[in-house]
Amino acid sequence: MTKPNTRIATHESKTVTLLFIGVALSYLLLFLGLPLFAVFYGALSKGWELYWTALQEPDAWSAIKLTFIAAGIAVPCNLVFGIAASWAIAKFEFKGKSLLITLIDLPFAVSPVVSGLVYVLLFGAQGWFGPWLQAHDVKLIFAVPGIVLATIFVTFPFIARELIPLMQSQGKEEEEAAVSLGASGWQTFSRVTLPNIKWGLLYGVILCNARAMGEFGAVSVVSGHIRGMTNTMPLHVEILYNEYNFVAAFAVASLLALLAVVTLMLKSLVEWQAKKSGEPLHHGA
Amino acid sequence: MSITIENINKNFGAYQALDNINLEVNSGELIALLGPSGCGKTSLLRIIGGLELADSGKLLFHGEDVEARDARERNVGFVFQHYALFRHMTVFENVAFGLRVKPKKERHNEAEIQRRVHELLNLVQLDWLADRYPSQLSGGQRQRIALARALAVEPKILLLDEPFGALDAQVRKELRRWLRRLHDELHITSIFVTHDQEEALEVADRVVVMNKGKIEQVGTPDEVYASPATPFVYQFIGNVNLFHSREHAPWTQQQGDAVAFVRPHDIDISVTPQDDTALPVQVKLVRAIGSIVRVEVSADGSSEFIEIELSRERFESAPLTAGDRVFIRPRQFRVFETGDQHELSAA
Amino acid sequence: MASFRAHSVLPGFNLALGFTLLYLSLIVLVPLSALFFKTATLGWVGFYEVATGDRVLAALKVTFLTSLAAAVINAIFGLLVAWVLVRYRFPGKRIVDALVDLPFALPTAVAGITLATLYAPHGWIGQYFAAHDIKVAYTPLGIVVALTFIGLPFVVRTVQPVLEDVEAGVEEAAASLGAGRWDVFRRVIFPAIYPALLTGFSLAFARAIGEYGSVIFIAGNMPYISEIAPLLIVAKLEQYDYAGATAIAVIMLLISFVLLLGINALQWWTSQRGAR
Repeated sequence: MTKPNTRIATHESKTVTLLFIGVALSYLLLFLGLPLFAVFYGALSKGWELYWTALQEPDAWSAIKLTFIAAGIAVPCNLVFGIAASWAIAKFEFKGKSLLITLIDLPFAVSPVVSGLVYVLLFGAQGWFGPWLQAHDVKLIFAVPGIVLATIFVTFPFIARELIPLMQSQGKEEEEAAVSLGASGWQTFSRVTLPNIKWGLLYGVILCNARAMGEFGAVSVVSGHIRGMTNTMPLHVEILYNEYNFVAAFAVASLLALLAVVTLMLKSLVEWQAKKSGEPLHHGA
Repeated sequence: MSITIENINKNFGAYQALDNINLEVNSGELIALLGPSGCGKTSLLRIIGGLELADSGKLLFHGEDVEARDARERNVGFVFQHYALFRHMTVFENVAFGLRVKPKKERHNEAEIQRRVHELLNLVQLDWLADRYPSQLSGGQRQRIALARALAVEPKILLLDEPFGALDAQVRKELRRWLRRLHDELHITSIFVTHDQEEALEVADRVVVMNKGKIEQVGTPDEVYASPATPFVYQFIGNVNLFHSREHAPWTQQQGDAVAFVRPHDIDISVTPQDDTALPVQVKLVRAIGSIVRVEVSADGSSEFIEIELSRERFESAPLTAGDRVFIRPRQFRVFETGDQHELSAA
Repeated sequence: MASFRAHSVLPGFNLALGFTLLYLSLIVLVPLSALFFKTATLGWVGFYEVATGDRVLAALKVTFLTSLAAAVINAIFGLLVAWVLVRYRFPGKRIVDALVDLPFALPTAVAGITLATLYAPHGWIGQYFAAHDIKVAYTPLGIVVALTFIGLPFVVRTVQPVLEDVEAGVEEAAASLGAGRWDVFRRVIFPAIYPALLTGFSLAFARAIGEYGSVIFIAGNMPYISEIAPLLIVAKLEQYDYAGATAIAVIMLLISFVLLLGINALQWWTSQRGAR
C-alpha cells in the first residue's frame, strides 16, 4: 500500500492516510465508477442480441453518421482557428491582446442552451436572417448546418486555449533563428513551430472532439429532433430514453461512454508523451 | 563584408533604445558591443540582423543599403542568447536546417549536405554529438552547435547575442579563446553583444561601449581601458576612485565643480608626503588577491573608501597593515566637469 | 506599419489575426449580440416583467441554490481527492487520476440518463434512499447529484498542481518549529492552496449554472420546484416565446460574465501570489 514513511514531519499517521484514501476513492467510485459501469450494464442487461439490434436500427445509424459529420466539420474549423489565434497571440505583441484571449474563452461561459438559442435568433424563422433564408429556400435551423454551427460554438475555445499558453511559453526565438537561417514563413511554421506544439495540438483536438460528439444542450435547441434526420447520438439517446426504450437508449449511450473512455486514455497517453519529450502541456481545468 | 550604421534611432513606446547611432565596422573585424543591460546593444544587434526595424537611419552592408532586405535575405548568421536550438531536431538536423530550407534551385544534394554538416561539426569539435538532441547537451556544447548552425549558411556577417551569458565561469573562458581562434581562422565580420568588460577586452578587435542608447566610445581594448572618453566608460570598464574638486582641488586642477577619476593601480602610497598635494589617509583594510594586493584607505574625517591596488612585489617591499597612517597621490588621472558627472551618477 | 503592434520578422500576423477576428466575430460575437438586440425589443419594462416572473425567479433560485450546493460538495471532496492523488501512493492511482476527467469526456446526456436510473427509487443507489423515505431523482436533490458529477474535475484539477508545488521544506520548517500536522495544514498548506480552491469552486459553480443535459433527466422538471433556468429557456422556445427565452438567456449570460470576471481576477491573484 503506502510506502514506508521516512519523512515523519510531513506525513499523516497510517490511520488517517488510509481513511483519506478510503473516503476519496469511495467518492470517486460512487460518482464516477458506478455511473460508467451502469451505462454498459444498462446497455447489455437484456443480452448482446438486443444490444446489437438497437445499434443496427436505421435511426441510430443516421444519428451516428450525423454526429461524425458535425464533429468532422467542427473540429477542423476550430483547429485552423486555434492555430491562427495562437500564432497571432503567442508570437506577436499587439494592443488588446488580453481582451482577445478573454473573448476566445467566452463560449465556455455561456450555457449550452444559450449557445443554441443565439443561432435560432439569427437564422430561425423569426430571426434576423430568417425571412431572407426562407425566401432563398435555405434551412439552417432545425437542419444539419445549425447543428454544425452550434457544435462549432460550444467547442470554439478548446484548441486555441491549449495552444496559446504552450506557444507563449516556447517564445519566438526558434522561429527567429529559422528565419535568420533563410526559412520561409511556411517552412518556419511547418518545420519549427508545428513539431514543437504537436502534443498540445493533439490534446486540444482530442478534447474538442469529445465535446463535439457529446454536445447535447446547444444541439438540442437547434436540431428540431427529426428522427433519422437531425438527431445526433446524444439527442437520439434522449428520445429513446423518453420513450422508455431503456436498452436502446443505453446501447447508444454505451457508444458515447466508450468514446469518453477512449478520450481519457488518449488524453493520458498524450500527456505522458508530451512530458517524455520535455514539452509538458500547459493547461488548467 | 563591412557594415555601416548611420543615424539609427529606435524607440519602444516612450523608451529610447537607440539614440542616433553611427558606427563603422570593417570587413573581417571582431567587434564587441559592451554595456549594461538595457543600453540598447541587443536592439542594435537585432537591427543589423534584420530581426528588428530601426525607426530611422541607414544600414549598409558593403556600401549597399539593406534596410529593405528582410532577415532571410541578409546572409547574416545570428547566434541567440539562449541558443534557440530547435528542440525537436537532432544536432545534425539543427546544423543542416539552413541548408535544407534553401530554395530548390540552390539546395545541395543530400550527400553534399551531409558532408558540410560534418565539416562544421568537426570545426566546432562536436561531430560525435550529431545524433543527440539539444536537451542532452551541456550549455557550452549547445553554444557551439548554435554557432555551427549559424555558420552553415556561409554568412558574410556573424552576430552573437551574449554568446557566453548563460555559461559558468570556466566554460566561458574556454569558449572565449575558442571564439577568438575560430574568428582568426574564418575571418567573418563578427559582432557580439556582452555586458562583461573582461570578455569584450579579451576577445574583440575593437570595443563599442554603449550606455542608454548612445555610443560612449569606440576603440581598441587598450584604448577604452587606458583612455576612457567619458566618465561612464571610466566607471564601467575597470575600477575607479572619484575625487571631487571641492575636497581635492589641487588634483582636479579646475576652478569649477569637477571630478578626478583615478584607477586604483595609479595611486602611489608613501609613508612621507610625496609633495604638497599628497593626501594623508589611514589604512583600513589590506587584502591580497592573487597577484595583487588591494588596500582600502580613507581620508581623515571622511567615511569614503579609496581603493588602491599594488603589485605583490611593491607591497612586499613596504608592507602595510590596517591602522597605518600614510600619504597617497595619483600618478595618473583624468578630470571631467561635473556636468558629465550628473549623467554618470544617474547611470 | 500599424502602430498597434511591435515589429516582428515572423510572417503571417495580418493573416492570422485577421482570420482570428473574423472567425471570432462570425461564430461568437455577432450571434451573442443578437441576444441583446432581441432583448431590446422587449423594452425595459417588458424585460423586467419577464425577469421577475414567478416561474422565472423560482427557476433561477433552483439553479442558483443547487449549483451552489454542488460546488460546495465538490470543493470539499475535490480538495480531499486532490490531496490523496498528490500525497499518497496506492495501486491504480494513475487510472483513478485519469478517471477524474470522466465528466469532461462523458456526454452530458449519457450522464443524465445514467444518474437518473441510478438514483430513481428502484435504482441501485436510489433504493437505499427510498428505504429512508428520501427521494433523490426527480427532486432538487437529484439536480445537486447531477451538478456534483459534472463539476467534479474542476476543483481537483485546479488544486492538484498548486498542491504539488507546496514545498516539503516549508512543511518541515513548520513541523520543526513545533506545529502539529493539523496546524501545518491550517496555517501553511491551506493558505497556499486557498486561491486555487476558490477558483475551482467558481469554475464548478459557473459550469453548474449553465448545465442542461445531465440535469433534465434527473430533475423531474416540476415548475417552481425542480425546473432549472436553462430548461425554462427551452420551454419558452418551444412555445415560440423568443423574447421571453432571450430575456432569461441574457440574465444567465450576465451571471456568467460576472463569474468569469471573478474567476479571472482570482487567477490573476493566484499568479501574483505564486510570483512572490
